[in-house]
Amino acid sequence: MTTLITNHEAGRDTAAEKEKWLRVYRKMVSIRLFEENVNELYTRALMPGLAHLYSGEEAVAVGICEALRIDDYITSTHRGHGHCLAKGASPHRMFAELLGKEAGYCRGKGGSMHIADPATGNLGANAIVGGSVGIATGAGFSAKHLDTDRVAVCFFGEGALGQGSLYEVMNLAQLWKLPVIYVCENNQYNEYTHYQETTAGTILARATAFGIEAARVDGQDVREVHEVATRFVKRARLGGGPAFLQCDTYRYSGHHVGDINREYYRSKQEEQLWKTERDPIKMLGNWLIDQGYADARSLEGISEEVRKAMEAAVKFAVEAPYPPVEEVEKHVYA
Amino acid sequence: MPERELTFAQAVREALAEEMRRDSRICILGEDVAEAGTPFKVLSGLVEEFGPQRVLDTPISEAGFTGLAVGAAMTGMRPIVDIMFGDFITLTMDQMVNQAAKVHYMSGGHWKVPMVMRTTLGATRRSAAQHSQSLQAWFSHVPGLKVVLPSTPYDAKGLLKAAIRDENPVVFFEDKMMYKLKGPVPDEDYTIPLGVADVKREGDDITFIATSSMVQVALGAASLLEKEGISAEVVDPRTTWPLDEKTLIDSAKKTSRVIVLDEGYGRYGVTAELASVVAEGAFYDLDSPVKRMGAMHVPIPFSPPLEDATVPTEQSVFEAARKMCK
Ligand SMILES: Cc1ncc(C[n+]2csc(CCOP(=O)(O)OP(=O)(O)O)c2C)c(N)n1
Repeated sequence: MTTLITNHEAGRDTAAEKEKWLRVYRKMVSIRLFEENVNELYTRALMPGLAHLYSGEEAVAVGICEALRIDDYITSTHRGHGHCLAKGASPHRMFAELLGKEAGYCRGKGGSMHIADPATGNLGANAIVGGSVGIATGAGFSAKHLDTDRVAVCFFGEGALGQGSLYEVMNLAQLWKLPVIYVCENNQYNEYTHYQETTAGTILARATAFGIEAARVDGQDVREVHEVATRFVKRARLGGGPAFLQCDTYRYSGHHVGDINREYYRSKQEEQLWKTERDPIKMLGNWLIDQGYADARSLEGISEEVRKAMEAAVKFAVEAPYPPVEEVEKHVYA
Repeated sequence: MPERELTFAQAVREALAEEMRRDSRICILGEDVAEAGTPFKVLSGLVEEFGPQRVLDTPISEAGFTGLAVGAAMTGMRPIVDIMFGDFITLTMDQMVNQAAKVHYMSGGHWKVPMVMRTTLGATRRSAAQHSQSLQAWFSHVPGLKVVLPSTPYDAKGLLKAAIRDENPVVFFEDKMMYKLKGPVPDEDYTIPLGVADVKREGDDITFIATSSMVQVALGAASLLEKEGISAEVVDPRTTWPLDEKTLIDSAKKTSRVIVLDEGYGRYGVTAELASVVAEGAFYDLDSPVKRMGAMHVPIPFSPPLEDATVPTEQSVFEAARKMCK
C-alpha cells in the first residue's frame, strides 16, 4: 500500500503512528457514544435543560486536541461535549454535570453548556455565541506574558462570525502575536438558518484581513485537521502568532435534541449523505484498515469497550446525589 | 358565546400581525424569526403572511441589528427587534442605552426612535446561568427607555400594540415559562396605555406588587392565604417605566402591608425601586416594613434543586405573607 511505503520512506515510526491513530479513533468513538447516551438520557427525561449534540463533528475536536498538550487551553461552546472529551475530560464527571449532580465538573451548577476543567486546560464551555473569544485570546495573552509556552484554542461555530467582538480580539491577537488558534467549526447551520444566509463574503477572508495565517480543511478528515492544527500550534508556541482554521463539518442531529421536524431548513437526503459518505469515524476506520493498523473486528472491539465504559459512566451519574441546597450560594465570589 | 382564549404566545403573535397589517413600516428583525418562528415558536406564520422583507432573519449579531434598528427607526421605519434570551440584551447595551435612549433628548427633540425590543425573562427552565436571567432592571434604570412586563395574554396583546405605536424605544419582556399560559383575549383591536397598573385581585390585608412571572406566583399565594383567612391584593404595575405610582401607593395605604415581587435579582433591582416608591408614598400607613422578594443574589444554577431555590415560589411567598400578617 502506497501510504505505508510513504510512511516508511519518511522514516516515521509506524508503531507510534498506529498507536496514535487508534487512540484518535477511540476518542472519536467515545464522543459519538457519549452523545448517543445524552440523547437517550434526554429523551427519557432524565436530563434537564438543553442538549446540543456534537455527533458528526468529532474529527474537529479530536484532530485539534490531539495537537495540544494537556496544559494548553481551550474554550468551548454550547455544543461542547466533544471538545471537553477530546481535551481529556472524564465521561463520569461529564454525565454527572449534565444531570446536575454534585459529582459533576461544576458541582451541578453549570450543566451541559458550561463544563469547565482546569486539570485539562478547559476554560469552559459557553452558552453565549462568541462568548469565549475574549477569554481564549486572554489565555493567549497570559501565556505570552507569563512565558508558559502554552497555546489557547478557541472553538466556535460559524454562527459566531456574526459577533463583532471576534474581530476585535483577532485584531489584538495579531497585533500582539498571541498564541491563539481560532477554530471555526462550520457545520453549515446557525441554529435553523443556513450560514450562507447570514454570512457575506468568505470565512477565511475575515482572518486574512488582519494578516492572520488561515486555512480551510475538511473537518470530517481527522488526519487533515490534525496536520494543519499541528503546524499552527507549533508556530504559535514558537511565537509566530495566531492562526485561524476553518473546518467544514456537519451536525448529524437537530440544533438541540428537541429539534426534530427540521425539513423546513435542511433535507433528510442531505443529512443522510453526510452520514453515509462523510462520516469522520468511518473515514478514519477505513484508513486504519487500509494501513493494516486495524481490521473490522478490532474496530468493533474498540466500540464495544467504549460502549461499556459509557454505560458505567451513565450509571454513576444517574445514581449520584444532587448537591445540597446550600451549594446554591457557594462560589459566587472567590 | 364563551370568551375566546389564546395562549400568551398567540396573543403576542396576534398583536404583531394586527399591527403589521395596519402599518407597513413595521418590520421584525432577529435570529431565526422567519421560517423557524423563533425557538419558542412565538412568531410562527408571520413570514408566511408578511414575507421575508418584513420578517428578517439576521446573523447572530445582536449589537449590529439593534443598532441598525435604531437608525431605521430614526429614518421612517418602525422596527421590532427580537432578542431570543433576555440574557443577550447585554450585547445590545450600547445601542440601547447610549444611542436609542438618548437620541431624542440629545437632539433637542429633533429625532425620534420608535422601536420595540422584544425579549424574554425567567428561570426554572434548567437553562443555567447565561439563559435564565430576568434583566428588566437594567433597562428600567435608563431614562429614555420604556419597559413593559406583561403578565397575562390579554395584557400582552394590548401592551404590545401600545408599545409598537409609541414614539419611543420600548423594551417588552416576555416570560418564557408563560408562553403556554391561556387566558381570554378579545378578537378586536385594543391597546393598554403604558404606565397604568392593574389590580389583578382585590384584597384587604396585604398587597403583593408583582411583575410578569411573579403575578402568577402572587395570585397562587393569594389563594393559599385565602384558606387561612388572609385577604391579599395583587397589583401589577405592567410597566416599570413609566410607573403608575399612585395605584401602588393607594393599595399599600389600603392594606398596610406590602411584599414586592420581581424575578430579577433582588439586590439593586426592580423590587428595590418599587419598595422605595411604596415606602416614600405610604410610610405612615404601613404596619410593617416593605418586603422585597426576587431572585437570589447568585448566578442561576443548572441543577434543578438549586435552581428551584433561587426564585420566589407560591409557597415561599405564602409563608412570607403569613408571617407579615401575624
Ligand atoms: C449571543 C447569542 N445569541 C444567540 C444565541 C442563541 N443561539 C444558541 S446556539 C445558536 C446558533 C449557533 O450557531 P453556531 O455558532 O454555528 O453553532 P452550532 O450551533 O451550529 O454548533 C444561537 C443563535 C446565543 N446562545 N448567544
